[in-house]
Amino acid sequence: MSRQANRGTESKKMSSELFTLTYGALVTQLCKDYENDEDVNKQLDKIVFSHFLPRGYNIGVRLIEDFLARSNVGRCHDFRETADVIAKVAFKMYLGITPSITNWSPAGDEFSLILENNPLVDFVELPDNHSSLIYSNLLCGVLRGALEMVQMAVEAKFVQDTLKGDGVTEIRMRFIRRIEDNLPAGEE
Amino acid sequence: MADAALFEFLHTEMVAELWAHHSDPGPGVSAGSRGGEEARAAPLGSAGGGSTGQKMSLSVLEGMGFRVGQALGERLPQETLAFREELDVLKFLCKDLWVAVFQKQMDSLRTNHQGTYVLQDNSFPLLIRMASGLQYLEEAPKFLAFTCGLLRGTLSTLGIKSLVTASVASLPTCE
Repeated sequence: MSRQANRGTESKKMSSELFTLTYGALVTQLCKDYENDEDVNKQLDKIVFSHFLPRGYNIGVRLIEDFLARSNVGRCHDFRETADVIAKVAFKMYLGITPSITNWSPAGDEFSLILENNPLVDFVELPDNHSSLIYSNLLCGVLRGALEMVQMAVEAKFVQDTLKGDGVTEIRMRFIRRIEDNLPAGEE
Repeated sequence: MADAALFEFLHTEMVAELWAHHSDPGPGVSAGSRGGEEARAAPLGSAGGGSTGQKMSLSVLEGMGFRVGQALGERLPQETLAFREELDVLKFLCKDLWVAVFQKQMDSLRTNHQGTYVLQDNSFPLLIRMASGLQYLEEAPKFLAFTCGLLRGTLSTLGIKSLVTASVASLPTCE
């Protein structure tokens, strides 16, 4: 790492480290909290896992407003456009990375986001006893929550993770259905 | 580079998560008077958490902040490690650290020259979205614990043992 004399980048770098470290502290804390003597790790990871999806979801629900307000992105007409916006605009804005989009299913309702480097795991080593922990699961929750707010039900899950020794980190996105607006009764 | 909004949302979720997790009433909940440092009323959202649970989550949040502060301290620009005076360190916290974490400088720094410092932020970013005035006053400590730890952790990396407390007289100002 070369140190830039520039204060601005310094503080930008610091704020991203702040996020990464804070997230790490949270995962660590939860792992501690749920570690009963009897708990097998599978169970533990499941709990941490099930805690982060809704948390990420809540973040996504709020983040989407921030995102729409700042990015001037209009409505997407198809899932491909959505994929582009997620990878090129959203990830860039919030995490400073641009994942690549691959593995479209023939029907065009599934694709993969390939993250060369996942900023969430900058300082992380998974201990052996947590080998099944899906560390960055928060991201899936964020994606799901944010897309739900723009009327898309999607499923997001990690299928590859550099923490587990895979070459890249891969998030698989599957479009489930479009959520219909519920018009209040009496309105056309 | 992670966006600032991201940290803010994560922090909110963190408080909520730990609150939900620890707010089951601990044993020996007394209705006696408690210090001004902790929330004085059970948070509305929780199922009437006992004071033990609340104390615990506050200290858990503070501990997490401490870890993060330590790690941030280790990553500071090299020249900051050559601080000689306590006051320089505190000035650094007010300026650089605060800018890095909250994109603004601390509004004022006062000291009694006996090792007590008061850092005041008139519009603390983690409180600014909540309310201005007294409406959610008893919720505020939850949102300050992490930051107290953050300061304490950074100071400890710079070789200073400290005790950091926060008080809010009226949102979004905090000391």
